[in-house]
Amino acid sequence: MKKFLAILLAVVLCLSLAACGGNGGEDKTKGMSESPIDAVALNVDYTVPAEFKIGFICLHDENSTYDLNFLNAVDKIQEELKLADSQVIVKTNVPEGNECYEAAKDLVNQGCSVVFANSFGHEDYMIKAAKEFPKVQFCHATGTKAHTEGLDNYHNAFASIYQGRYLAGIAAGLKLNEMIEAGKFTAEEAKIGYVGAFTYAEVISGYTSFYLGAKSVCPTVTMDVQFTGSWYDATEEKNAAEALIAKDCKLISQHADSMGAPGACEAAGVPNVSYNGSTYDSCFNTFIISSAINWAPYYNYIIGQAVKGEKIAADWCGGIKEGSVVLTGINQDVAAEGTADAIKKAVADFNAGTLNVFDAKNFTVGGKALDSYKADVDTDAAFEADTEVIADGYFHESEYRSAPYFDLRIDGITLLNEKF
Amino acid sequence: MKKMNFHIVKRDQVSWKYSFLIRALAILASLLVSAVVITLLTQKNPIAIYSSMIKGAFGSSLRIWSLVQNIAVLLCISLAVTPAFKMKFWNCGAEGQVLVGGLATVSVMMFLGDSLPYPALVAVMILASVLAGIIWAVIPAFFKAMWNTNETLFTLMMNYVAIQLVAFFLKYFVKSGSGVLTPMPEYGLPVIFNQPYLLNIITVAVLTAVVYVYLKKTKQGYEISVVGESENTARYIGINVRKVIVRTLVVSGALCGIAGLILVGGTNHTISTTTAGGRGFTAIMVSWLAKFNPIYMILTSFLIVFLEKGAGQVSTDFRLPSAISDIVTGIILFFIIGCEFFLQYKILISKNGKEND
Repeated sequence: MKKFLAILLAVVLCLSLAACGGNGGEDKTKGMSESPIDAVALNVDYTVPAEFKIGFICLHDENSTYDLNFLNAVDKIQEELKLADSQVIVKTNVPEGNECYEAAKDLVNQGCSVVFANSFGHEDYMIKAAKEFPKVQFCHATGTKAHTEGLDNYHNAFASIYQGRYLAGIAAGLKLNEMIEAGKFTAEEAKIGYVGAFTYAEVISGYTSFYLGAKSVCPTVTMDVQFTGSWYDATEEKNAAEALIAKDCKLISQHADSMGAPGACEAAGVPNVSYNGSTYDSCFNTFIISSAINWAPYYNYIIGQAVKGEKIAADWCGGIKEGSVVLTGINQDVAAEGTADAIKKAVADFNAGTLNVFDAKNFTVGGKALDSYKADVDTDAAFEADTEVIADGYFHESEYRSAPYFDLRIDGITLLNEKF
Repeated sequence: MKKMNFHIVKRDQVSWKYSFLIRALAILASLLVSAVVITLLTQKNPIAIYSSMIKGAFGSSLRIWSLVQNIAVLLCISLAVTPAFKMKFWNCGAEGQVLVGGLATVSVMMFLGDSLPYPALVAVMILASVLAGIIWAVIPAFFKAMWNTNETLFTLMMNYVAIQLVAFFLKYFVKSGSGVLTPMPEYGLPVIFNQPYLLNIITVAVLTAVVYVYLKKTKQGYEISVVGESENTARYIGINVRKVIVRTLVVSGALCGIAGLILVGGTNHTISTTTAGGRGFTAIMVSWLAKFNPIYMILTSFLIVFLEKGAGQVSTDFRLPSAISDIVTGIILFFIIGCEFFLQYKILISKNGKEND
């Protein structure tokens, strides 16, 4: 027994030491700035009755940065609306199968009047539950079928994260300019490496907007994209980032959920623009900035509409104004001078409507500018392109449905592989 | 300093009472240790955690249906691996055998759903899934019987081939790039008494009885035991060992195929690479814990599914990381498996032992 206690004490001691270890002894000179985008306060114009309940279904748990982003927003909205723990029911590790339908049903049984699910593969099971419980609102992030399914109580949501990526791209372009001016390489050698998960619209839209942001300040920039074929694979993402660095990429960004790419950049001393949230704590020598989706405004919207008894839009795509698209602070030890100002100016232009990420003047496909393009907006078995998306001189991303559908391969970006 | 000597002796048959007592003590001890761990790590009341686990498994009729359905699927796969295990053929390929069974089912639903009348469609689904499961199990059995290849490695590798086959199927036929095949409930197995899981549950209940009788009462079941105890003895008394190996794996594969049919045709109505969800491996534990007895397997699969459902409810109720419930599940399983040691062996302690050095 004594031995057991001794071991226990030792373990506790080790843990407490480890807990302290994270804070001290690092050499940061200027550190992080505030986010260049002003925080948007949630507009709460309703009171939530005590019997109201909302349920959340998450594919994984807080160990995945993707799910953590949703869970943080749950905590935020719960605090903001002062909801009791019994009013907010969170189910984590729900697979993309019949389990999702069962989880949704279980949440309805517990009295939830709104059920939210966060993973693409949950969609069909949410629709199944929505048909069974017409009085309960079912909201689904990243899905594509709400606008064609025609159910009053099933809804899709996304954020115009392409704007956030464009802004992060500006930070990347300015960093390249700084390195060119310092004589580290020529303007023609300015190349970005990008680690993507899969070769489909959500990722293509993301890296293209990032590239266009960088190109808006560094016109000679090119980009190589390497896909991993997985949303979360630390080893593959690290390997991809290292391969890109070996191919002379001067700056790396990624659209995948592990620390693989940022970690590889920190080890190699190559600047990194991150996604989903700040990686400053473990990569403070290379982290520049990160864009992310904040889901709290959408939660606020659906709870508000449900409480007020008003209709929830079939598709909802929050932007910078709504507070759905956010940027972390800027790492002032790494980012180029003037980054914050350039981003603020672009935000003002977005808000004024004078700047469009996918302005047809700013990109070419196969050497030609586009004045017409049909995208696959409506999900059908044949995957046919069905909707004209270029009008008024720009590609209308996330307008005909909330999930991205920009899938053009524009000039200046080289795909090193493809993974569907 | 005096040294305490002990040695371990194999027990003879233990009495029913004694084994019950040991197991009850093991469960009690596991609950106590888990309670200490929970309190130390989370400062939550362990009683509340346990009641949340019970609520998660039995809290509503929906949850009970889901519990029984999950037991049925796990039990079906456990039944499938059991004949092979009894023969000491270490079939670690149930995961893959279930997946190909499911893949066969989903292919029939997708390509013949429109053209066949419903009863014929169901018949073809059953045939296709059983056949696919059999093929996947018989390939390693054939190699084992003919050239004595290592079946553990062979069946494990077959899992990866099956997973990649499903991945290929999805990439090829679902072109959206997201790899999610829309469910086809209209071509699923029939729903009886308006209870979507009832048919699955009844099927597995019948299979449990059949496998029990097959293993305990038939000549083939006896041959399996003999080959498992000693291949030489089996040969000596004139059993064709090769035939028994292949025949037993036909049974194993067919049952896995049916598990695939239940998962795809009766539950999900679609397929993904994770449809089997690791149950092919969990089934090995279920079968071992029950000492390869199909009736005990009802209890052991209940235990595993109960812990799983309970753990999920604990993370929901207390917003705890799922790792905490995994730790508790681990502790409970550790004690239950560990107590088997005390049922098989006893420890004799001699206090007057002398120092050897």
